[in-house]
Amino acid sequence: MAMNISAEPLIRIEHLGKSYSLQDAYGHTITNPVLFDVNLSIRYGEFVAIMGQSGSGKSTLMNILGCLDTPSEGSYWLAGEDISTLSNDQLAHIRNQRIGFVFQGFNLLKRMTALDNVAMPLLYAGIHRAQSRKRALELLCRTGLEKFSQHQPNQLSGGQQQRVAISRALINNPPLILADEPTGNLDSQTSQEIMQLFQKLNQEQGMTIVLVTHEDDIAAYAKRLIILKDGRVIVDKNNS
Amino acid sequence: MNLFAIFSEALGALRQNRLRTGLTMLGMIIGVAAVVLMLSIGQGARTKITETIAAMGSNLFIVVPGATSSGGFSFGSGSVRTLTINDAYSIADLASVSATAPVTSGTVQLNYAAKNWSTIITGTTPDYFIVGNWKMESGTIFTDSDIRSAARVVVLGAITAKNLFGEEDPVGKTIRITNRPFLVVGVLMAKGQSLTGRDQDDNIFIPITTSERQITGNPFPGSIRYMLVQGKSAEDMDIAEIEITQLLRQRHRIGKGKENDFTVRNLTAIADVATDAAKIMSIVLGAIASVSLLVGGIGIMNIMLVSVTERTREIGIRMAIGANQRAILTQFLLEAMMICIMGGLLGLLIGISGAWVISQVADMLIVITLGMVGLAFLFASAVGIFFGFYPAKKAASLKPVDALRYE
Repeated sequence: MAMNISAEPLIRIEHLGKSYSLQDAYGHTITNPVLFDVNLSIRYGEFVAIMGQSGSGKSTLMNILGCLDTPSEGSYWLAGEDISTLSNDQLAHIRNQRIGFVFQGFNLLKRMTALDNVAMPLLYAGIHRAQSRKRALELLCRTGLEKFSQHQPNQLSGGQQQRVAISRALINNPPLILADEPTGNLDSQTSQEIMQLFQKLNQEQGMTIVLVTHEDDIAAYAKRLIILKDGRVIVDKNNS
Repeated sequence: MNLFAIFSEALGALRQNRLRTGLTMLGMIIGVAAVVLMLSIGQGARTKITETIAAMGSNLFIVVPGATSSGGFSFGSGSVRTLTINDAYSIADLASVSATAPVTSGTVQLNYAAKNWSTIITGTTPDYFIVGNWKMESGTIFTDSDIRSAARVVVLGAITAKNLFGEEDPVGKTIRITNRPFLVVGVLMAKGQSLTGRDQDDNIFIPITTSERQITGNPFPGSIRYMLVQGKSAEDMDIAEIEITQLLRQRHRIGKGKENDFTVRNLTAIADVATDAAKIMSIVLGAIASVSLLVGGIGIMNIMLVSVTERTREIGIRMAIGANQRAILTQFLLEAMMICIMGGLLGLLIGISGAWVISQVADMLIVITLGMVGLAFLFASAVGIFFGFYPAKKAASLKPVDALRYE
């Protein structure tokens, strides 16, 4: 794919809208709009925090950014590629190669070791098992979990689990990390540690990080702040 | 996408829930074991019947003297001795007939040394042994010259020989039949039971002439109890039947419109009925067993559906990190198929051992063919694919965002 990194932003969203259709008790279709006319451009290497009250549409926006959901209106280009034209398989490939997810609830697979959890995306990338384990172990070392590689998620603390999840997000070297309230289930001390890890990834490796949170001190780590209200962007500013 | 890696994911998922996997597999095990067992019993019965029919001799007619009636009373078949040895000889000359064997019979007391035994005596001709597909254990059968000279020679059935001689070789010994000395010339190989369950090995055979003149006696000289007729080919059995009937009517001077004084019965037709019955039995047994396999398959579908619902979040996570629909479909289909194939293999083992136990305990002939094993295995895999596909499709078509949000 030919693209000019300097010219094309990593994420470009134009007039994006999302609404959900529901059937009411009488069988009428009710359209419930969640996002209106969102325009957004995120360059490579940015660290963005998205804030907003619950119901503001920030999770929906994250799902669309992560190619887990599709917009109802408008366009979304990820690394120069028009997402709306892609098939389900191509979207899966994008999620595998270009995006690393970090969730509030960690979303690790139970009864599977930390190592296997981290290596999982490589399974779907078609990479050989021995090689993928080696890479997974390297990442666990980087996040300081080499001693816990054979532990299952329920044997790890919340902070450790989130580090495993971050390692998993990083394993395919994606340009984009999407973190949906990554500290929501953690105490403040651990939250700070996790945020420092994100900050390090952004500063040292130039990773683009988009973070959803509703805590100001967490959002303070980001360089740019976007605030959503009732499905619209109301604030988009440098965070200093 | 690495199929082997997905295979090990599927195996891991099955291991995580051993009890459930085992119980689901049990449905398959029972189904396949039942199919294998029923098919082998059915096949055993068919083989047994085929063997019995082959032992009986092929293309056989039995011609019995007909019914007679007097003053409105019918005396039943064989109540008048209208068939003669000469009838048998002339039937043998028909183009559609290869051999005939006239038979007289009675019950006699045998003595050898200190032992005695009562059995059925059959007076017949050497062709009897050809027509009836008898094989020799030792010695020979009597000859045409024995018939002409009414020689005192005897061929023993296997059971009679054993009862009278034990381990001793009877050939060349002399036994007494109703106190007359007879030379044993041969012993027949055992045939087992006939289709009607009669023991075919407890009997002795002597030339028909000897029997008539010296043993059973005969109020109507030359008459016989019945005759066996062997047709030349299986295709021409109908023609043979017509020719035999015409010839006998002519010989017995039966006018037009009068009833036959004999009956020609096609034994092969009776054998066909038995074969068909056995075939139907194995189909019915197989069908009943297949129902249990079907139930097992439905059980698998049920469990896989529960499993997909339970693991919705896992599916969502896998999709979020890059699993495409085919990867998810493959994993769940493999899980269902592994249950079926492992269950199928275990069921096969149990079915085969069960068949062996039955063959030992019930003394039944059980036949297991490679085709049967292949069929059961193929059927098990097909059940896995058929009943595993819907749940797997359901898992694969979940929307990532919905699956991730599922609690």
